[in-house]
Amino acid sequence: MRLTSPRGGVPRHGRRFLVILAVLFFQAALLLTAHPSRADEFSDGLPALAKGSYDDKIAAASALVATGDDRAGDVVKAFSAGNLYVRKSDGAIFVGRDGAPSGQALLTDPVSGQDLGAVSESDYEKIRVNNKVRRALDELAGGLALLGKDPAKRKAAAAGLFGTSDASQAGRLTTALEKEKDKGVAAAMRRSLASINIGDPDPAKRLAAVKELANSPDQQVRALLLSRLVETNGKPAEPDEEVRTLIDSTLSHINLTLQLWNIVGSLYQGLSLGAVLLLAAIGLAVTFGVMGVINMAHGEMIMLGAYSTFVVQQVIAAHAPWLFQWSLAIALPTAFLVSAIVGIVIERGIIRFLYGRPLETLLATWGVSLVLQQAVRSLFGPSNRAVVTPDFMQGAIETSVGITLTYNRLYIIAFAVVVLAALFMVLQRTPLGLQMRAVTQNRRMAAAMGIPTARVDAFTFGLGSGIAGLAGVALSQIDNVSPNLGQGYIVDSFMVVVFGGVGNLWGTVAGALSLGIVNKLLEPFAGAVLGKILVLVAIILFIQKRPRGLFALKGRSVEA
Amino acid sequence: MTETSSSPVPASTLGTPRSFVARMDTGGRILLVLSIAAAFLVPMSNAWLPASSAFQIPTWVLSLLGKYLCYALLALALDLVWGFCGILSLGHGAFFALGGYAMGMYLMRQIGTRGVYGNAELPDFMVFLNWKELPWYWYGFEHFWFAMLMVLLVPGVLALVFGWFAFRSRVTGVYLSIITQALTYALLLAFFRNDMGFGGNNGLTDFKDIIGFDIQSDGVRRTLFASSALSLALGYVICRLLVTSKFGRVLVSIRDAESRARFLGYRVEHYKLLAFVVSAMMAGLAGALYVPQVGIINPSEFSPANSIEAVIWVAVGGRGTLYGAALGALVVNFAKSWFTGALPEVWLYLLGALFICTTLFLPRGIAGVVPRLFKRFDGGLVGLISGLWRRPKEDAR
Repeated sequence: MRLTSPRGGVPRHGRRFLVILAVLFFQAALLLTAHPSRADEFSDGLPALAKGSYDDKIAAASALVATGDDRAGDVVKAFSAGNLYVRKSDGAIFVGRDGAPSGQALLTDPVSGQDLGAVSESDYEKIRVNNKVRRALDELAGGLALLGKDPAKRKAAAAGLFGTSDASQAGRLTTALEKEKDKGVAAAMRRSLASINIGDPDPAKRLAAVKELANSPDQQVRALLLSRLVETNGKPAEPDEEVRTLIDSTLSHINLTLQLWNIVGSLYQGLSLGAVLLLAAIGLAVTFGVMGVINMAHGEMIMLGAYSTFVVQQVIAAHAPWLFQWSLAIALPTAFLVSAIVGIVIERGIIRFLYGRPLETLLATWGVSLVLQQAVRSLFGPSNRAVVTPDFMQGAIETSVGITLTYNRLYIIAFAVVVLAALFMVLQRTPLGLQMRAVTQNRRMAAAMGIPTARVDAFTFGLGSGIAGLAGVALSQIDNVSPNLGQGYIVDSFMVVVFGGVGNLWGTVAGALSLGIVNKLLEPFAGAVLGKILVLVAIILFIQKRPRGLFALKGRSVEA
Repeated sequence: MTETSSSPVPASTLGTPRSFVARMDTGGRILLVLSIAAAFLVPMSNAWLPASSAFQIPTWVLSLLGKYLCYALLALALDLVWGFCGILSLGHGAFFALGGYAMGMYLMRQIGTRGVYGNAELPDFMVFLNWKELPWYWYGFEHFWFAMLMVLLVPGVLALVFGWFAFRSRVTGVYLSIITQALTYALLLAFFRNDMGFGGNNGLTDFKDIIGFDIQSDGVRRTLFASSALSLALGYVICRLLVTSKFGRVLVSIRDAESRARFLGYRVEHYKLLAFVVSAMMAGLAGALYVPQVGIINPSEFSPANSIEAVIWVAVGGRGTLYGAALGALVVNFAKSWFTGALPEVWLYLLGALFICTTLFLPRGIAGVVPRLFKRFDGGLVGLISGLWRRPKEDAR
């Protein structure tokens, strides 16, 4: 058998026996490790494709498909397209590709998958097919996918047959269904089978099909059922009254389910947006809410975090590529430190001279934000920088009802929760947190008790800025990393904090989530931009009603 | 109010009844004289002096100066509310842009059949978007008088509604600043929408005529410049009259101690509202004069950054002085034009530094420093420098 194998350049003539033996042995070992057990059956069956009558060829192809080998699919497809070659010298079979120069053929070995490249056509012969063979082969190819080894591929093949007008597929699906052991794949097959049976002449079968389809209420089924009710010349596509009634009730059930899932989908998107807003605003909740400092450069702290991620990834890619999956984990502390240090420098250098003058602080920090933006623009250029998303954050969970949960969004929601929890821990359980709260509540008393208020101010500001840096790492995964990154978040962040109530972290959480969810619930009706405008106007009106936000602090500290 | 102790502007003295000009401060007198003189001399030099003369002002410089004067008027409007009433509006750019859009709509209607699509009724962008008829809010803008009315009314009404809500519920200080910023941000998003019928992203441009004259002609340019200079002078006189009247005294008292003014029986929100509306109208007028001189109005004028930049003009010039605000707008914008041309990389650093240094070292702005400089000059160079850098006492926490 090894002699028929076309592994490139196996010596067959005029070589010493030992060499042949050694090479054969080595290659057999290679093949056995690559394709254990099945390799024989598949490669044994191949040469028969080129032999005998057309009926023999069909039989050989069927036998090949019956092995259940995944490689059979390519061979059958190439065969049907008239792209299968046999080598004249030894009868080995090759799969050809289009686009070869004249007199040559681009060939691939179907057994090993090895590409032979362009070879002279004279050494090979195309295996002929007629229409009958082609039909049989196409049928085989369709059934092949349903019988393959990989459940995911079987499922995809079954789903692909949904609503097909080709009634012959029904028999194939039924056969495949009998053999199917995987529940998920079987459900997909039943669904596709029902979608074919709904056009069956037998009303009982149609009724059963509608009942089956009711199990998977989605857009596809809805469209199919609606098509059965369409009237042409006053006659609906579905002639039977009973079936029509069932379709009607099934449709209303599906519509309700779909609407429900739409709302769930909007809620999830709102949650995801809320998490992003929360991440962006939570640092501000510390600097603005706790310290009362209007930091217009807050957005730039986020931007610094995002650029830290970029730099960390660049360094890792250049010096330690094996660490790449961990780049975000390394970027987190880096971004925190970078933003925190910049924050402390700003506090010590500028803001501390402006305490008690909030409007001046606002202007000065706006100046800081301009300088930081321009500095980043000078360093990294004005264009977007590519931050790579690690593999574990890519992809999405697809649900049957049309909601896609992307992993990076899920991670960001989780990350927001973790950051929030960590911040609470710092504020409630550490000496620094205790001192922060003391200074916030009564600065002079805290100073009298020996708390170094100036240092606490610096650390508090550093903490808030550092959290913004963490947010930057997360936002680098879903947003463009450009010098303007922070600008997009500054107005939203202030809205969240002001809406939630200054000086109250829970208010910030409530503000972020409600703004995110309201935004996304409005979007289907009003559109993204108008939805956003409506939310802004609503906040402006809300602040008139409750000038101190959703969860206003009460008592003396309000007037401080 | 948080501003109470730190306000750098002393309440000016209410003198014995004298003539308006006699009661003016030096800076104001200079501004008034200069702007009125410029309104006549600059166009005259442009028109009559030969191009070879060193004193001949070319048309492009004329337009540039006209633009600065519009900014100065905006700064003046901002100073009226910030410097005298303690309302730091981060949304005055919105009033400016609304005035500009009202003017832009008039100019669009004047294009008539000369547009790309040659539609007598609809502006090009509407034809492009397949609109069949003029939306109702464009009605009347073919008349100049109507457009000019709208230039004042639209910003005025917006300020009235917004201010009525905000001041009545006592939204003050930073909160007010943030919601004014939200206001201009919301308008920015709204005007970017094509469905709004204001040209979306591209805004309004490609103007041809203004009251029957070619907008590109030197004569119209000169007239626009003169109008800007005279408007600045007029705006200054109105503001000055307001702040030196009894009304102005109450405004200053609100700025310095809002609760106390309220307890004394003043309807604080009414005073604030009037100042805010007058200021918004002035900003609208500035925008209306600005648009024909630069030839375009688009939604980016609404961006919050623009409004904050206007605030820094006032801060640099010296708030609460009126003339300082106008001076600041001229100085900063001159610097901007020069730097963005010569050293574009440096400009944002410089603008940022301007924000930081003004608030830290020059809380009274140029108008606060220059008089002190003259006084300090007796003390020689050391005294002069220490006078520049010494922070006022009340800045301490």
